[in-house]
Amino acid sequence: MKASTGTIAMHNKQRFDIWDVVIRLVIILVSLACLLPFVHVIAKSFSADAFVIANKVTLWPRGFTFGAYEKIFQDKSILRSLYISIIVTALFTILGMIITIFAAYPLSRGQLKGRSLFTLIFLFPMLFSGGIIPEYMLINNLGMMDTLWALILPLAFSSFNLLIMKTSLQSGIPISLEEAARIDGANHFRILWSVVLPLSKPIMATLSLFYAAGRWNAYQDSLFYIKQNVDLRPLQLKLYYLVIQSTESFQLEASSVALSNPEVLKASCVVFATLPILCIYPFIQKYFVQGTMLGAVKE
Amino acid sequence: MKVESASLNNETALLPKKQKSTGWLHALRQDWQLYLLLVVPLAFVLLFKYTPMFGLVLAFKKYKIAKGFWGSDWVGFQIFKEIFDKPDFARAVRNTLMLNSLDLLFSFTMPIILALLLSEIKSARFKKINQTFLYLPHFFSWVIIGALAYQLLSQGNGAVNNVLESMGFNRVPFLQEDTHWLFSYLAIGVWQSMGWGTIIYLASISSINPDLYEAATVDGAGRWRKMWNVTLPSIRMTIVTLLILNLGKVMDGSFERIYALTNKATTEYTTTIPVLVYRWGIESGNISRATAVGLFQAVIGLVLVLIANRVAKKLGDEGIF
Repeated sequence: MKASTGTIAMHNKQRFDIWDVVIRLVIILVSLACLLPFVHVIAKSFSADAFVIANKVTLWPRGFTFGAYEKIFQDKSILRSLYISIIVTALFTILGMIITIFAAYPLSRGQLKGRSLFTLIFLFPMLFSGGIIPEYMLINNLGMMDTLWALILPLAFSSFNLLIMKTSLQSGIPISLEEAARIDGANHFRILWSVVLPLSKPIMATLSLFYAAGRWNAYQDSLFYIKQNVDLRPLQLKLYYLVIQSTESFQLEASSVALSNPEVLKASCVVFATLPILCIYPFIQKYFVQGTMLGAVKE
Repeated sequence: MKVESASLNNETALLPKKQKSTGWLHALRQDWQLYLLLVVPLAFVLLFKYTPMFGLVLAFKKYKIAKGFWGSDWVGFQIFKEIFDKPDFARAVRNTLMLNSLDLLFSFTMPIILALLLSEIKSARFKKINQTFLYLPHFFSWVIIGALAYQLLSQGNGAVNNVLESMGFNRVPFLQEDTHWLFSYLAIGVWQSMGWGTIIYLASISSINPDLYEAATVDGAGRWRKMWNVTLPSIRMTIVTLLILNLGKVMDGSFERIYALTNKATTEYTTTIPVLVYRWGIESGNISRATAVGLFQAVIGLVLVLIANRVAKKLGDEGIF
């Protein structure tokens, strides 16, 4: 990074300014502060116990070993949690997108009678909500405690995502295109399916990612709703009990496996749970940034 | 919006029927497909957002499981009188206000400073590489961040303490002592949100008319002068709008963030309103009391947003509604 900084400064015709260097240094330092904690945990997860216990591992693994990861992959409950998280995230994202599109398309049509009333109904929850306990009671009364439905259904409607989708449909789809389709005899369903949706692919990608990332990372609702049925714990909740509370120990299959230092196991769990995000992060970052800017656009 | 209403007028001009714009029956017949689409999201929003709002009446009832939601007795404001007398409630309100105000002070200002610095960078590549790292913490869950925090900051074997010790300092109980915990909590919040928070400001800065900078240069303004007199005033609207949104959350606060960073040694500042609601309602089963606390929080939050918006409008900005 430093090398590239140097060459660019050389190419610049402007005169040398010490502040350019200072500003770059500050930014690099902040970037490192964001990156290094994770590097440290990766290093720890690949290190031998003895070095970790002696506090010898900082940014590079010492006594390189896959031992901790072997143990994670032997722990059936962690793999099951990963599986639960994937299923829940996939279903939640699909349902969330269907709901968002079904609401955003009619609300973006100027001709819809009662449009402002519907918009108010859909967006008011951004300002005021029943809160933790009434929602908990509702889930309880619906008999969704200890089921995956409690993690899929309640948050599938999001006022915020709806607002983004609606704004995008209003500004992104040329009315003339839609009118042309109408003159050709297309009805609303057909226009939505063949005109609006194909033109909305970027915003749909963005919102799907919002839904998926939100679901993947949340653990509050699973902490509230998944109590008895420990088999249904999503990955983040499993991680919470394993790493933060340490109330649960790793279920090691065979006694032949020597117990690892819990710190190493915790580190490798963190890496394991973050890996899916890190793998797709470089590709999705762009969509997130776009979505965040759309979200900032006012009604 | 304007374009749409214009096209609407064209349509009505083509079909000059007076009742068209008034009759629900006609609207239903013509746009039944649109209304049909709305049925699904309406069902979800009514069931999962509005039913809980209705459930807030439990704050005015003495809820007993045996009697159920409908059968429990009305008690007026008695529950509120009860909770206002509880020391835990006062402490939760104090902590919530304190943590959020401090958050506003640091987590709100740091992205502005960082965005100003980033906008000074001419090299697109340098910017992009650093932004990739700066945005990273935003994508981690609070469980992951909590785990990272303990790996780095714990007194016994945290990496930061190892480095401090090797440099000859004492080990610091970053997360194991109340005051230190408070600072760590704030620092972690800044760390998580700082990079991501720059996005909106950067977008706002990039839309500033370059002529303004040229004019300032001609007038002999240097880098900092331009930042202060051109950039900052130009993004003032964005800052005010985001401030309003954040002021409305001053009674709120993330349950997940607190809960992932809490441990038994630090209980002084960790009792916030969402934590208290969880503890009273879900852990201890005192539904009415917890609902009352939640209602108290939601009403104050709503009032705060509305007031802040009114103030912003008075100041000459557009506000958010």
